[in-house]
Amino acid sequence: MKRSTFLGAAVVSVAMAGMGLGIATAAEPIKAAFVYVGPVGDGGWTYAHDLGRKAMEKALGGKVVSTIVENVPESGDAERVIRDLAAKGNKLIFTTSFGYMDSTLKVAKSFPKVEFYHATGFKSAPNVTIYNSRMYEPAYLAGIIAGHMSKSGKLGVVASFPIPEVVRNINAYTMGARMVNPAITTKVVWVSTWYDPTKERQAAEALIGQGVDVLIQNTDSSAPLQAAQDKGVYAFGWDSDMTAYGPKAHLASAIEIWGGYYTKAAEAAVAGKPLKQTVWGGIKEGMNDLVSINPIVPEAARKQVADKRAEIAGGKLVFTGPIKGQDGTMKVAAGKSLTDKEIDSINWYVEGVEGQLPGQK
Amino acid sequence: MSLSITPLVASAIAAAIPLLIAALGELVTERAGLLNLGVEGMMLLGALAAFAAITHGAGLPVALLAGMLAGAAGALVYGFLTISLQASQVATGLSLTILGTGISSFIGRGYVGYRAPETFEPLPIPGLATIPGIGPLFELNVLGYAAVLAIGAVWYFLQRSRWGLELRSVGESPSVARSLGLKVNRIRYAAVLFGGAMAGTAGTYYALAQLKMWQEGLTSGNGWIALALVVFATWRPARVAIGALLFGGVTALGLWLQTVGVGVSTFALASLPYVATILVLVSISADRQALRRHAPAALGKPFFDGD
Repeated sequence: MKRSTFLGAAVVSVAMAGMGLGIATAAEPIKAAFVYVGPVGDGGWTYAHDLGRKAMEKALGGKVVSTIVENVPESGDAERVIRDLAAKGNKLIFTTSFGYMDSTLKVAKSFPKVEFYHATGFKSAPNVTIYNSRMYEPAYLAGIIAGHMSKSGKLGVVASFPIPEVVRNINAYTMGARMVNPAITTKVVWVSTWYDPTKERQAAEALIGQGVDVLIQNTDSSAPLQAAQDKGVYAFGWDSDMTAYGPKAHLASAIEIWGGYYTKAAEAAVAGKPLKQTVWGGIKEGMNDLVSINPIVPEAARKQVADKRAEIAGGKLVFTGPIKGQDGTMKVAAGKSLTDKEIDSINWYVEGVEGQLPGQK
Repeated sequence: MSLSITPLVASAIAAAIPLLIAALGELVTERAGLLNLGVEGMMLLGALAAFAAITHGAGLPVALLAGMLAGAAGALVYGFLTISLQASQVATGLSLTILGTGISSFIGRGYVGYRAPETFEPLPIPGLATIPGIGPLFELNVLGYAAVLAIGAVWYFLQRSRWGLELRSVGESPSVARSLGLKVNRIRYAAVLFGGAMAGTAGTYYALAQLKMWQEGLTSGNGWIALALVVFATWRPARVAIGALLFGGVTALGLWLQTVGVGVSTFALASLPYVATILVLVSISADRQALRRHAPAALGKPFFDGD
């Protein structure tokens, strides 16, 4: 009895979604939905996506209306939420965390007329498009500043999960710093979460306790920056401009800029020609940047950052040899560069990163 | 490789203090026979009220008071439903958590990005705070010192005072307590409100002593750990303190071991708190008699105080 009611309801909602697609006219706005892994109030990753969503809505001037679902766990719950959004007639669904990959693909199979966009993943489908940002580029620039600012020669990273997306940021940060000061080393603490301000702060304090004096985080809150502010060391903002969270400690912010991509995807949907192109953009494409550099950063560092930024914007690749691995063996020969595929599956630390990468023998 | 252990101790204590405060409050509530699963919600209400107060120019004492009152307000709703209306304690407590989480994230939206203009800062005791290893124990903020004193105060209240005896008898057998002329509902309300005020204080600690800024869900589920601690401690204040340190310690240990470069899998380290939970649960359950002896007999059961 209960079961049949449920099935009935499901059929009705799917039918209604189908009708919604059928009778959509130019006057009727297209519905878009965003699935967020944290709260918009994280001031970091999810906040950046929401800024992008708002920019898109503004640019489309009422032709697209969007809804958001916050705090969606990267578990079975994600599939339920995404399926529900698709059933409710959303034509564009953006799933904005790595862990939504398989859920997105599963739901996409059942809704071939809905366009799905998955951030930071590596599996696509006819109606699942991947978009990602080369955050290792601003991480590299941040490393240059860290190299100039660190007195102890010890940098720290509060890291989420040992996946290539994070490992390459740690590597780029360390490479940038060691270009300035080859004696610098980087300590990494894995917190096994994207968003847990308390734990992120504890990790930051643990690093500071071991003599680290410049922190960066690859998690979603501003807690590590705040910890740095309290303990009198330096840190960076990540994903969003975090100057306000710790003005004294904040050296610069590596930010994501999603608005352009979201606007493009929405415009394509309005025009009736869905955007299907995988995008992996960086500073060159205006999808991220290093901004709000603290006035205390010396002129020499600023100039070096500006020069390298210009090179990257001009097409120079960050992971260009010579790059040595953690044990000193040559990983990328001089003149060679890692391919996108190699960057996307990187599972080794560069020279200068301390500790063992989880999962590596 | 530097092996300074002091940062580890400091980090463990910092994590333990709010757990201790919230768990002591819940302990008193449960000893009166009420299981309030809304600790997390009350903590968030307290955190929000305290943060809002400090942002709008109130001083620290007023902010703390606001935090306590907000926690107690949440507890009052719980009390009304479970004591006066005899609603299910489990369902009501869960709803309170959901309500507190919702309200704090909805109203808190206006505070995202703000730093607390005034915060609870450590007050080191000269001479003691610099002792390697245990120094951090003497470098707490005023809430921390109060929490340590509260362990003894709660113990004394429950075990040595007449009011404590009355409260415990209400938790063991409300009908007998009533036949002896005790105002069961009044005592239960007092216990629930105390629990709420303590949870509000713990929330204040997270907002104004630990994170010092507003972030959604800043208590990170620690209300649930505080709840679990009460069971682990078999409803005894001193054991709550030990449990809080243990929990604060295992989380801190996992992070600390990484910074000193110990080659242990980070996945194993991240699971430490859960392994500790299982070990403690097993050791407690091994002695069923003791568990039954210490649990308030009327815990979780609705009572009709017919007047």
